Amino acid sequence: MFDLVSFIPRAVAQGIPLLFGSTGETITEKSGNLNLGIPGVMYVGAICGVIGAFLYEQNATNFVPLLGVLIPTAAALVGSLLMGLLYCFLTVTLRANQNVTGLALTTFGVGFGNFFGGSLMKLTGSEVPSIALTSTSNCFRTALPFADKLGWVGTVFFSYGFLAYVAIILAVIASFVLKRTRTGLSLRAVGENPATADAAGINITRYKYMATCLGCMTAGLGGLYYVMDYANGVWSNDAFGDRGWLAIALVIFTIWRPAVGIFASMLFGGLYILYLYIPSGMNLSVKEIYKMFPYIVTIIVLILSSMRNKKENQPPASLGLPYFREDR
Amino acid sequence: MEQRTAAVSMRNITKSFGTILANNKVNLDIFRGEILALLGENGSGKTTLMNMLSGIYYPDSGEIYIDGKAADISSPREAFQHGIGMIHQHFKLVDVMTATENIVLGLKEEGRFDLKNASKRIREICDTYGFEIDPDKKIYDMSVSEKQTVEIVKVLYRGADILILDEPTAVLTPQETDKLFAILRNMRGDNKAIVIITHKMHEVEALSDRVAVLRKGEYIGELFTKDTNSQEMTNMMVGHAVSLNIDRPEPVNPKVRLQVKGLTVRSEDGILKLDDVSFEARSGEILGIAGISGSGQKELLEAIAGLQKLESGSINYVDDDGKATDITSEDPVHIRNLGVTLSFVPEDRLGMGLIGNMDLPNNMMLRTYRTGGHSPFTNLAGPRKTAAKVVSDLDVATPGLSTPVRRLSGGNVQKVLVGREIASAPTILLTAYAVRGLDINASYVIYHLLNEQKARGVSVIYVGEDLDVLVELCDRIVVLCGGRVSGIVDGRTADKRQIGLLMTRIGGEEHE
Repeated sequence: MFDLVSFIPRAVAQGIPLLFGSTGETITEKSGNLNLGIPGVMYVGAICGVIGAFLYEQNATNFVPLLGVLIPTAAALVGSLLMGLLYCFLTVTLRANQNVTGLALTTFGVGFGNFFGGSLMKLTGSEVPSIALTSTSNCFRTALPFADKLGWVGTVFFSYGFLAYVAIILAVIASFVLKRTRTGLSLRAVGENPATADAAGINITRYKYMATCLGCMTAGLGGLYYVMDYANGVWSNDAFGDRGWLAIALVIFTIWRPAVGIFASMLFGGLYILYLYIPSGMNLSVKEIYKMFPYIVTIIVLILSSMRNKKENQPPASLGLPYFREDR
Repeated sequence: MEQRTAAVSMRNITKSFGTILANNKVNLDIFRGEILALLGENGSGKTTLMNMLSGIYYPDSGEIYIDGKAADISSPREAFQHGIGMIHQHFKLVDVMTATENIVLGLKEEGRFDLKNASKRIREICDTYGFEIDPDKKIYDMSVSEKQTVEIVKVLYRGADILILDEPTAVLTPQETDKLFAILRNMRGDNKAIVIITHKMHEVEALSDRVAVLRKGEYIGELFTKDTNSQEMTNMMVGHAVSLNIDRPEPVNPKVRLQVKGLTVRSEDGILKLDDVSFEARSGEILGIAGISGSGQKELLEAIAGLQKLESGSINYVDDDGKATDITSEDPVHIRNLGVTLSFVPEDRLGMGLIGNMDLPNNMMLRTYRTGGHSPFTNLAGPRKTAAKVVSDLDVATPGLSTPVRRLSGGNVQKVLVGREIASAPTILLTAYAVRGLDINASYVIYHLLNEQKARGVSVIYVGEDLDVLVELCDRIVVLCGGRVSGIVDGRTADKRQIGLLMTRIGGEEHE
């Protein structure tokens, strides 16, 4: 019998980093910046959180839970903000190619994370190639106190650490801002047709910087969630895997709608771990095939959305293109 | 001239792009309650000058005074604050948004973000001046004329009382143009200052009160429209006397060259683009094709050139001996080898035919590289010669042959494109919008070239936008309306009004 009550929380936990990543990337792409550096940004967010938590756990004489949460969070935000600023400086100010810059940031971010991850492991001198930040993780994983008392409802809806709810709230806010506010209208115009937005008096550079940096910070929280909550505070190099790319795939899957992302990320999370729930016996190669589910679904959505060819379902029209006012 | 305070005074405005001086010490006054026509050839700096008023560019030196006070306009937002609104030649609209969303874009109004209220205000503006648009319609569903209306409403919504229109009639039918002019006159009555940039003399005469002329970035002078005529204005614009008549030599020994029968084409989305189109094109004749943009012109030319999949119908090429070849399903290379060439000038000019990042000889070679025998290497000597000839024959303004085409101004890009097609000695020359956005001088060069081809016995098919030119240049005119032939008229006897009507309804009958 398929155990839905244990499956859903795992799918959600699997989906939350993707939700952070895709919300961040959607905001970024709405400004016309195709940030393929998101996997790197999430990686940097994770390692910065680990560094912050590590330093605090090592140096604090008595561990204050509030600081235990705030310090890694701030570290993750600053780390991913710096990545965002770097991306913007290269692509917006210097008008470098966005694809190349993004891929470079991903390579850089993963290398950066592994380097510092390795360094921290050296510092602890541990036998296993990982760092465990148990006290910090416990703070991040604290669920609402009444979750246990509500039976399956509590398990399915209230058993997550606070960052999971932050992810959903951020997606809802992003969706509202994009659809219902002047700022959102301007941001969409920047991504669709920067020349038009510029002529309408919108500061293109500011919008691109703001959207990309906020997007990176959001994505960075995804990395933080992964280490501190999903992985129980255990950092090991390269464990983050391909979640960053999945987050970008999710943006396409949701056709640039953050609110859709809430459900889509959980669906992706579910597909991602579905192989654990499908009895495949000893044949491990079959499991690998099941791991393809999220990607297959993305391809199907791409096919369907390009077949329907509705203008609203297309990527922002100037996605990936630099803008220079006096260009002819 | 009586003493009036100018709404805008520009003094000694200079602006350069790199080494090119776009505006050199230009002075210009714009008054309220008056329509000023800004005349000049391509590259004479009209648009650049107006872009400085609307905050897109910033002048290198010189001053701008608004109502007598010095103003510093460094961004479009500041231009709006001074009440200046510009309607650009290429519409600045976001396709996936509604008219209302486009109109309020970038505004910082007090209070809640309320699109419903904005739609209401837009409807009020429309009622005041006689516009007809649906504020909730998406831009991609709109016709060109509707989009232009949105642009105008946009600047009015922002409270602009100094309006600049950059070639507003380039894409309109005569009927739509009349409507626009009526609205502009309405606004003039409302004491707004209006500047219209145009090449078309009869529009200047019909609409404007005053004319200012620019030539090669310099201010030449201004005239009252009622005291001048198109010959004088053209001479000021060009700097020397120009004949304004387009030659139309009698066709010499015309023979059928191309037979198109029952052509039907559907777009990928299944929309009928051409519906049972039949006509003949003859050698030594210019066949005009008129129609509102998007009536199937592009599909028709592409079908002839072998680039379109046909649903039904046939296309026959007839050679000098009267032997007909069915080219309906031939591939484009074979059709080209018969001497059918296509030069299509799309709105963005570079989209079809030229590669922006390549220089002139390389672009010439795009047409000839297949003829180089079996050598694996390309031979640049021929294309370089062709490029040099095109540059000197058509007077292309370029720093050198090795300049990437995208660096040239629009008119020069077009000359390169048309020049290359002609250089390949075609038997059928298909041109679409060959003079789109070109100034008078360059346009006449192109007309002359087409007439030369006609005299050589080439069958020229000329898809045009300007009806005045079509009726002066073409021997016969096929009028398309929504993908169907709504009439074939003789260019010598045709009347512009009649073609305009044919463009909007089949057979030209009124039925409401």
